[in-house]
Amino acid sequence: MESKLTNEQVLEALRAQFANAIGEEEQTIDNYLTVYVDPKSVHEMVKWLFIHDGFRVRFLTNITGVHYPDNEKGKELMVVYHLHSLENNFRIRLKAFLPIDKPEIDSIEDIYSAANWIERETYDFFGIVFKNHPNLKRILNEDSMDYFPMRKEYRVEDGTRQDKDDRFFGR
Amino acid sequence: MNNKESVLSKALSDETMDGQIATLNLGPTHPATHGIFQNVLKVDGEKVLSSEQTVGYIHRAFEKMAERKSYQQITPLTDRLNYCSSPINNIGWQMTVEKLCGIEIPKRVQYLRVIIMELARISDHLVCNSVIGVDSGALTGFTWMFIERERIYDMYEQICGTRLTTNIGRIGGFERDINEKFHTLLKDFIDGFEKRFNEFNALLDRNRIFMDRTIGVGKISAERALNYGFVGPNLRAVGVDYDVRVHSPYSSYQDFEFDIPVGTEGDTYDRFQVRQEEIRQSLRIIKQAYQNLPTEGGYHADAPMFYLPRKENVYNTIEGMIYHFKQVYGEMPYPVGEVYHSVEGGNGELGYYLISDGGRSPYRLQFRRPCFIYYQAYPEMISGQMLSDAVVTLSSLNVIAGELDA
Amino acid sequence: MGKVTAEGQLEAINYEGFQLTKLDTVIGVARANSLWPLPFATSCCGIEYMASMAPNYDIARFGMERMSFSPRQADLLIIAGTISKKLAPVLRQAYEQMAEPKWVMAVGACASSGGIFDTYSVLQGVDRIIPVDVYVPGCAPRPEQIIDGIMNIQALAKHESLRRRYSAEYKHLLDNYNIEHDIDGE
Repeated sequence: MESKLTNEQVLEALRAQFANAIGEEEQTIDNYLTVYVDPKSVHEMVKWLFIHDGFRVRFLTNITGVHYPDNEKGKELMVVYHLHSLENNFRIRLKAFLPIDKPEIDSIEDIYSAANWIERETYDFFGIVFKNHPNLKRILNEDSMDYFPMRKEYRVEDGTRQDKDDRFFGR
Repeated sequence: MNNKESVLSKALSDETMDGQIATLNLGPTHPATHGIFQNVLKVDGEKVLSSEQTVGYIHRAFEKMAERKSYQQITPLTDRLNYCSSPINNIGWQMTVEKLCGIEIPKRVQYLRVIIMELARISDHLVCNSVIGVDSGALTGFTWMFIERERIYDMYEQICGTRLTTNIGRIGGFERDINEKFHTLLKDFIDGFEKRFNEFNALLDRNRIFMDRTIGVGKISAERALNYGFVGPNLRAVGVDYDVRVHSPYSSYQDFEFDIPVGTEGDTYDRFQVRQEEIRQSLRIIKQAYQNLPTEGGYHADAPMFYLPRKENVYNTIEGMIYHFKQVYGEMPYPVGEVYHSVEGGNGELGYYLISDGGRSPYRLQFRRPCFIYYQAYPEMISGQMLSDAVVTLSSLNVIAGELDA
Repeated sequence: MGKVTAEGQLEAINYEGFQLTKLDTVIGVARANSLWPLPFATSCCGIEYMASMAPNYDIARFGMERMSFSPRQADLLIIAGTISKKLAPVLRQAYEQMAEPKWVMAVGACASSGGIFDTYSVLQGVDRIIPVDVYVPGCAPRPEQIIDGIMNIQALAKHESLRRRYSAEYKHLLDNYNIEHDIDGE
């Protein structure tokens, strides 16, 4: 099924509505519309896409975090939203950079119920705080965990295995 | 837009049976929860008032592990997501990498993949539907349908050597071609499955007890289901015809003729019926793909940079040796960039969001796990229902713990 | 003395009118053939365990089909699948609730050693929290392997001395795992 909307069409409308909040567009291999946006206006933008009669972007595919430790200060963490308009078969990807010392962004749980757990998972993994989330606590890891494991500085291994000899693993 | 509170408060304000509210722990390990997750239910007699969920009991940190493993090594990780239909996960991941690297896949490989993915879908739906039967008191269907699953497992064994955690295929195609035994098994399956499946269907389809246990149980409206991110058979049961195979066809699904079954009510019976019909449609696709299977095209793409060479080539030819070495050590030119690819898994849209920085491993790999997203609707679906209905609703959602917790 | 035969599984001295054997042996045979397993199935291996209950493999042939979903009435704890650190206390509680004599079988690589999941969230083998009698390798093991594992448990149960559960060695084992017990230890 071909998409009924084009990337340019949606981007133009977004720029007209949120002039200052829309950053540059990124060309990706999968050709989904990918734009960098201001984290402060993500909630507003998602809501606008939801209620827009022509676009009808009413399906939340996913939210995820990415950690870029080598980025310039204030842009270490990134939140990626994948939204989908089922009727127009059009996908849009919003990206917002957050500073690692105060990673805060508005929750979109009031628009999509699905966002509840996905945001909790993103908090669990990256420590990204979703403001106005009704129940923002760890979901997959234990509550007693004191770090955010998906950040790049933490290792994946449990570290208690004795059967792994470094000589055989090239470490 | 969000009427969750109203549903819960409605359940709470209905007249209570004896006014005593009890707390009941369903899980983490409980025979009625197929997998490990906890539901703390507030019950009034037999009636469920609310539920609080705890998940993460088999969290295995797939996404963190994926950042350390090479692209080939991630295929076995995906097996363990939805282990009832692992070939779909495997092939979905391989297609994601192929999309990233821009590898052209021959038609024959695409058709073979379709056959295997549809077999996996059948085996996934068979488990779910027979388990709905078990939870409503009909064990017979379970024992019959596990025989069919074993037939599918036998076919997997011919292609990849294992039964459950298949690690089927490679990036760029398959590790080996299908053999004579596979042809025989598949022909037998195509000929005989429908008859045996109809017997199973007759056990439950119009069974008065089963219908009473499932009709009107665990209902959800189309609007709420979409808001909760439902996908796959559960979404189609509420009447939304979203199927990734049709919406954004991959692996030549556009070549086949099949229907998308949809329900009307979104209750447990509809979910059961949608899955039953999907099994029939899957068989239809398998028949078409097998009949039109091209004879030319081999079993893998011509992409020596990314397709792991056969072992005999590694040991006997210098090119094979070099390509193997370079792939395993990650010296291949993986493109920098990002790609989202989704396939229709056993539970719906299974997505892979891959960010590559050109290195040996993904910079970030995220799985869109359908179970994880739609399982959070469970409290809303069962509040106001009977306790035994909550159990049947849970099994009809087909929540797989491996996919839920990753 | 009469002749010594092994009738079925029972080693006994048979003579006209009477049969002599050890109480240990009788109870061992009885225990081995009436194991009530508690399936603690968490992930992939749980599906293979389901397959081994299904008609093609049918563990009922070996007298082990009576699943007990209550730890209080179970003799054999079958741990099939990954055990995360979050789940470890639950597993330990289930084990502690089981009555003696009890056996534990770890099915699959994850339960035995953590398997490929050497990650921050996965327990690296259930033998770090509870004693394990039989390990079944594989990821996931085939149903034949699971059946073989249970038959090994049956062999253990059959030959176990009645005194074992009261011995100092057993007390030492439980002490190592910090499991509460009321064994005096001779």
